[in-house]
Amino acid sequence: MSNTLKEQEELQKQLRKEAIRKNWKLFSQSKLGMIGLYIVAFFLFLALLQPFLFITGIWNPAIYDPVVGYDKISANLLVIECPKEYPSEKYESYEDCPGPGEVNIKKLYMAPDLEVGDYYDTFIQPAPPSRTHLLGTDSLGRDVFSQIMEGSQVAFVLGLLSATLGVGISTILGTIAAFFGGRVDAYLMRQSDLVLMLPSLPLLFIISAFAELKVWHLAIVLGVLGGLGGSVITIKSQALQVKVKPYVDSARITGGSKWQILFQHILPNVAPLALLFMVFSVTGAIASESVLSFLGLLNIDMSWGIMIYLSQTDGFIFSGLDFWWLILPAGLAVTFLAGGFYLVGRGLDEVFNPRLRKR
Amino acid sequence: MSKNIIEVKNLEKYYEISGGFFSRTKGVVKAVDDVSFEIPVGESLGLVGQSGCGKTTTARSLCLLDPKTNGEINFLNPETQKLESIDDLDDIELKNFRRNIQMIFQDPYESLNPRWTIKDIILEPLNIHNIGNLADREEAVKEILKTVGLTPPENYMPRYPHELSGGQRQRVSIARTLIMKPKFVVCDEPTSMLDVSIRISIMDLMLNLAKDLGISYLYITHDLAVARYMCNRIAVMFNGKIVEIAETEKLLSNPVHPYTKRLISSIPVPDPKYNRVEYDLNYDELDEIIKNNPDKKMVDIGGEHFIATHDVKDILY
Repeated sequence: MSNTLKEQEELQKQLRKEAIRKNWKLFSQSKLGMIGLYIVAFFLFLALLQPFLFITGIWNPAIYDPVVGYDKISANLLVIECPKEYPSEKYESYEDCPGPGEVNIKKLYMAPDLEVGDYYDTFIQPAPPSRTHLLGTDSLGRDVFSQIMEGSQVAFVLGLLSATLGVGISTILGTIAAFFGGRVDAYLMRQSDLVLMLPSLPLLFIISAFAELKVWHLAIVLGVLGGLGGSVITIKSQALQVKVKPYVDSARITGGSKWQILFQHILPNVAPLALLFMVFSVTGAIASESVLSFLGLLNIDMSWGIMIYLSQTDGFIFSGLDFWWLILPAGLAVTFLAGGFYLVGRGLDEVFNPRLRKR
Repeated sequence: MSKNIIEVKNLEKYYEISGGFFSRTKGVVKAVDDVSFEIPVGESLGLVGQSGCGKTTTARSLCLLDPKTNGEINFLNPETQKLESIDDLDDIELKNFRRNIQMIFQDPYESLNPRWTIKDIILEPLNIHNIGNLADREEAVKEILKTVGLTPPENYMPRYPHELSGGQRQRVSIARTLIMKPKFVVCDEPTSMLDVSIRISIMDLMLNLAKDLGISYLYITHDLAVARYMCNRIAVMFNGKIVEIAETEKLLSNPVHPYTKRLISSIPVPDPKYNRVEYDLNYDELDEIIKNNPDKKMVDIGGEHFIATHDVKDILY
């Protein structure tokens, strides 16, 4: 009845191929999932595009480097004198003077020989979007678009690595705790209680005092901390529910091994919850990165968190939308990438949960 | 004389109750207490009794789902035609043994993995035991779906359990258990969650399959009418013990044990004018048997009709 070893391997390969094809077909049927995939792919494209632009020489690193680049953007400003009383003929209120392309003579301390009506030749930073700088420059004359690309590299490494690591650890530990029970369970639960109690930010302070934290170091630390914490308990409770279902019993009666049952019955039924955790931890990882950059604990040159932080410390964040290119691109990038991962999670949920599928 | 497919001797399953500061054992619940029976090849035994009397625990111990506390389970090895104790099997023999024994569960809504298609569910045993190639397996699934009356099979194979009705799901469960061609199937109230109109068709299906494939059943139910329809012999279980075991018609027409009498008297009769007779709990017959056979646990009162001799007056009120 049974096949030879070689035939068995061939069969397993065929089964695996068929499963992948089927799951991809199911995923591609979910609209939300595909939208999410496109968003994630877009940011991945941005992340990969930047090194390509530097290598091919389309972008000069001296100008476009996200950290040390600098571009002079010159402007000729008309020197005027603001009126003493408002409203005047030209200006409605105090805030309207000077208007665009103008400069108040009283502010020109460094060019005392200029008079009203002259043109003042200067550099403006931050500069609004133009053809050379698609998203303008920041207050130090660095290209914002290049910073966004650099930031998406950081977000991908950090978000994906820490989320995959964290969810992988917590799913495996949670199902093992539920499936084997007893001492294994008790040990894992006490361990996650301990990690839950541990305040992660002070711990990161201490780690950064001893070692220089790079992006992928942070990703591993965040992933391990997230993976050993409360998510193990939640996933264990879900796995306990699945473990006592009659279909698990019937697989055991048929002779399925522990690992077969674990991987074929329990893990797929726990996966939707794990995916939800993954979505949250991608967003959480990006957020905690910006907190740590804010506190100066990371050896990261540029990220979306740092961009938002800089626009805040330079005082542009409360200026309305006058300097939108400093705030919106980074903020929207964080929002869209997190949303994209969420939608991919929804699409994967439809693969795992047949009740959500449309026919 | 026909051979027994399975022999159970003095099966015991105790659960410890622990509590207190260091979870010390406070006591034991005797879920299954000294149960013995045997089932001949091709015949089926009904196990009836009220909820919580240990029917399902017995079944789970037989299928090696829960480890038994004590006792012996001997199973007929179909290759050597000899009874072998399950305890003596090593891992590989155990996996082979599991081909021969299957279980149908009570709840058709929970016994199929909701994330798998019907085809995958029925294929699972073949995949576990690695039988045949892909085309063979698919052919086997089609064949078995036809056997259980889900035709055309192509319509059912790509579907998911939530798209089927309760009766159809139970047919899928039966198909899944039968694809390995088992010799012995434990049925844990397979029809109790189905409505009455579907019940009889499922029971007929199971009877026909038993006749065609030579399957023996251990049929667990709380419904004596179902047991009468399905089984050659009936064992009445109470408080973890078998109190009476006999051929179906003998047991129903001539019950001896007071608990059996009560069980039979509680069968509802579809006649509005029928007045239920409150069974007079008469212990005289049992008392006499106990007095005459002071040493035996089970007494044969003639024609393989066994009565348990333990005193039940205190617990049976």
